[in-house]
Amino acid sequence: MKRDYLKIDKVIGPLIQISDVDDVFYGEVVDIVDNITGKVKKGKVIKIEGKNVVIQVFQSTSGLAAGNSTIKFTGESFQLPMSLDLQGRIFNGIGEPIDNGSDVFSMVEANINGRPINPTAREYPRDFIQTGISSIDTLATLIRGQKLPIFSGNGLTHNELAAQIVKQAQLGDNVDEAFGIVFAAIGVKHDDENFFRKSFDEANVMDRVVMFVNYADDPVAERITTPRCALTAAEYLAFEKNMHILVVMTDITSYCEALREISSAREEVPSRKGYPGYMYSDLASLYERAGMLKDRKGSITLLPILTMPNDDITHPIADLTGYITEGQIVLGRDLFQRSIYPPVAVLPSLSRLMKDGIGEGFTREDHADVANQLFASYSRVQEVRDLSQIIGEDDLSDTDKKFMDFGRAFEAQFLNQAFDESRDILESLDLGWHLLSILPLSELDRLSPENIDKYFPKEK
Amino acid sequence: MAETEQHEGKGIISAINGPVIKGTNMTTFKMREMVMVGKNRLIGEVIVLDGNIGTIQVYEETEGLKTGEEITPTGRPLSLKLGPGMLKNMFDGIQRPLEKILEISPIFIPEGIGLMSIDEKKLWDVTISVKIGDVLLPGTIFGSVQETKVIENRLMVPPNISGKVIEVSPIGSYTINDVLVKIQDEKNEIHELKMAHEWPVRTPRPSAYRQETLVPLITGQRVIDIFFPIAKGGTTAIPGGFGTGKTITQHQLAKWSDADIIVYIGCGERGNEMTEVIEDFPKIIDPKSGQSIMERTVLIANTSNMPVAAREASIYTGVTIAEYFRDMGYAVAMMADSTSRWAEALREISGRLEEMPAEEGYPAYLPSRIAEFYERAGSFETLGGDEGSITIIGAVSPAGGDFSEPVTENTKRFVNVFLALDKNLAYARHYPAINWLESYSGYIKILSDWYEDNVAPDCISLRNKMLELLYEENKLQEMVMLVGEDVLPDDQRWVLEIAKIVKVGYLQQNAYDKEDTYVPLEKQYAMLKSIEYLYEKGRSGLKLGIPTSQLKDSDIFSQFIKMKYTIPNDDLSGIDRLKETVDIYYDELFKKYEN
Ligand SMILES: Nc1ncnc2c1ncn2[C@@H]1O[C@H](COP(=O)(O)OP(=O)(O)O)[C@@H](O)[C@H]1O
Ligand SMILES: [Mg+2]
Repeated sequence: MKRDYLKIDKVIGPLIQISDVDDVFYGEVVDIVDNITGKVKKGKVIKIEGKNVVIQVFQSTSGLAAGNSTIKFTGESFQLPMSLDLQGRIFNGIGEPIDNGSDVFSMVEANINGRPINPTAREYPRDFIQTGISSIDTLATLIRGQKLPIFSGNGLTHNELAAQIVKQAQLGDNVDEAFGIVFAAIGVKHDDENFFRKSFDEANVMDRVVMFVNYADDPVAERITTPRCALTAAEYLAFEKNMHILVVMTDITSYCEALREISSAREEVPSRKGYPGYMYSDLASLYERAGMLKDRKGSITLLPILTMPNDDITHPIADLTGYITEGQIVLGRDLFQRSIYPPVAVLPSLSRLMKDGIGEGFTREDHADVANQLFASYSRVQEVRDLSQIIGEDDLSDTDKKFMDFGRAFEAQFLNQAFDESRDILESLDLGWHLLSILPLSELDRLSPENIDKYFPKEK
Repeated sequence: MAETEQHEGKGIISAINGPVIKGTNMTTFKMREMVMVGKNRLIGEVIVLDGNIGTIQVYEETEGLKTGEEITPTGRPLSLKLGPGMLKNMFDGIQRPLEKILEISPIFIPEGIGLMSIDEKKLWDVTISVKIGDVLLPGTIFGSVQETKVIENRLMVPPNISGKVIEVSPIGSYTINDVLVKIQDEKNEIHELKMAHEWPVRTPRPSAYRQETLVPLITGQRVIDIFFPIAKGGTTAIPGGFGTGKTITQHQLAKWSDADIIVYIGCGERGNEMTEVIEDFPKIIDPKSGQSIMERTVLIANTSNMPVAAREASIYTGVTIAEYFRDMGYAVAMMADSTSRWAEALREISGRLEEMPAEEGYPAYLPSRIAEFYERAGSFETLGGDEGSITIIGAVSPAGGDFSEPVTENTKRFVNVFLALDKNLAYARHYPAINWLESYSGYIKILSDWYEDNVAPDCISLRNKMLELLYEENKLQEMVMLVGEDVLPDDQRWVLEIAKIVKVGYLQQNAYDKEDTYVPLEKQYAMLKSIEYLYEKGRSGLKLGIPTSQLKDSDIFSQFIKMKYTIPNDDLSGIDRLKETVDIYYDELFKKYEN
């Protein structure tokens, strides 16, 4: 029988300290029961030093004081019941239902921290997912089982883009393959959560969505568990129930800020910008849960969204994410200001997995060439634009003028597309060729003669 | 192993903080001793001893651990089992085989699976080359095993033993734990020689002496082999922000380098990248041996989601394995992707120890750890009298892509080749995004004889000339950005045109193209030489007053840019034909102007 503890020594932000504790384990879940109301808050042991224990509380610690609560050690690690019935339900950041539905009952319980996937158990992801968005499908192709974040900025159209992907993405090869969506809202505004809920409704997928929601005004410490609960559900559905799961996670920035807050409460030595030195490993423990396995049919495709403070891609949150994920879709403020939707800044965007998922047999033989050429030419556009700022567009050479035209057309026709417009990949590639034909052939050094023969628009 | 006596000789866990735990009752423990922690017998290593209190870094997940549980000593430091069975396999940071772990636990890696290492049941056909009465010194080769199709594992007397042979087992099949030879040393002590022996990971293996490195590691990558060559036994850093091409470059080196043995360490990086290696490497044929490159490869994986303490160890595990093959007389190349994750692991452990941080939270001993690591590279005469080398190529992942951070800066001090990856080149899809202005190789001088003897007498001077051209282009580009290209005089515009061929047609090398992924030195040289030929042709034309616009024939230029794809690696006659085309075009053009 476990003892109850009545005395809290110290409350520091989301942490409480208690002393004279025996027989608890690292990571053990505790219930903190309000002596008057009987309300229970949950927490977890994050440090044991002799008989002193530090507990991270997942809900707000306000009101907690020395004598008003009882602390019960549960003898369990943080587990959630897993079942197909999770679908269509809404939970808070620690996995409690908030949709007035009943509790989920299941014999299967899973530790929300997961365990690292053995690299020899993985299968390298190679299946193309068509999102219907030209810039993504052509230039930063999404692959089933990939972790591909959206690097955005405050006020940009990342939510719309994520919603459009959810709506248009063809996750399964054919209709019988089960697919589902897991949505983790981490420190988001009620508006944003509402937007997603509406777009799931419109896409008619609400009964396939599992939602874990931590609102901006919810306790910060719960942000640490929100994505873990979501990924645990995703692992269950993908690897136990053979479903193709798309996990949308927003906003990683709020997650990292919560991590920083807890770290600073623990008085840890900070690394860059006050974020803890282990933030890389911590983020990896989330992102690396995406993937495909050799002997399971399902997959987890992970689409985290983060808002870069100051639009700065070198900020630790974006930086460490980019070091872990398999590429990134970067949104650009200047494109957004010019009303281009989706404002995908293609040059810093990258899909590391696209090389094996495109080309003959997957999309079309010319895909790699077209992508490379669009990148190279559009990167040249940036240089020409810089130059035209100085000497004026009129004084540019004839070739450079063509690059200016190409740049404008590329943004207006290729990048820009309607929120409800889905283009298939062949359409996008043809559009790419059409735009490239604005440039003189001698400038197109990434295209093979065979592809030029076959696809370069003849009449102009 | 029954645990009978209560706590006898065992430590008691008193504190737990992530991967770092403390124990009491540890006076009999030794510094750096390997220990088993708690009920689940997690593997750990003693990193601080202070009276009866010890601090341990744990190589497995510590969730579930309790104070009061026992810490069991093993009496030995964290060690590897060195013997046949490592090639073609992938191990975690402390040499546990990941395929075996998968058999124990599907999908996920659990904690508490215990120590394991190379296969102890497998039978190997052993040839023994010594006889009774022979005197064996440390490092002497006493037999061999054909470990893979291309690698003979030479069985060595461990570095710390010697003696006279008193017993030899008959030829036959044995496991790594069977006794093959017995020797008696001067103190009449008898030592059993087996296929495998243990070696502590943190102790460099001894060699006879260090030699100068005079041979390049041929990688088949133009920008490296011609512009910034790596010496066998040398040290190289590849720093770059995310997405600039560190991993692809490391993969390319692992695939195509002409080393005998490759040790590839995925240190704190993506799981899928290791999966890719396991799926792809077996299919790639080594141009040297004609066999799959896996036959010569050892893989170490501590992916970013695996325990952080084992990440710290993975680097040492890798380099110790490299030294083991070096001691057999092999040229070993070792890739570590990424050394920054190792440094961060040091930082994390240091933080949990509450040590005084130096720069950016890194411990003050970061520079000395980096130095010690890279110093394990080199060309050596082995104890057995052979020549062996270790080339270390470390990727560096600077925070924010900024090379002025501590890991990049301190690495730069201890390596001789610096391949600086450039975000802007990567954005423009110029791969490999190795910035030719910032990168350098400290081996040009000592390798120039080799290049002159083995490639072409003018190989290095050609390289220098083309590098100068690129420097000049850079200066001119700055001017172009101010006034536009049209204003430049013709000779400078010609430099820009040729530099473009060098950049697009030569420095860019597509890792995913069948022909271009690996290019033999002859072709590397011939390509550059032909570009120089075009350059000089144009310069003669300029002297005749021919404008650049006339000198640049877009068809010829496009042939130059595409020659890497169109001219097969094994038939360079196309380059001669290209030169002929150049001759015909320019002779005609010059005639027009001469008249
Ligand atoms: N030599 C190359 N050839 C073709 N593509 C490359 C090459 N080097 C890098 N790339 C591209 O750049 C992407 C990122 O490279 P990677 O090595 O994973 O970067 P890093 O390890 O620095 O984050 C790859 O997915 C690939 O698309
Ligand atoms: Mg990498």
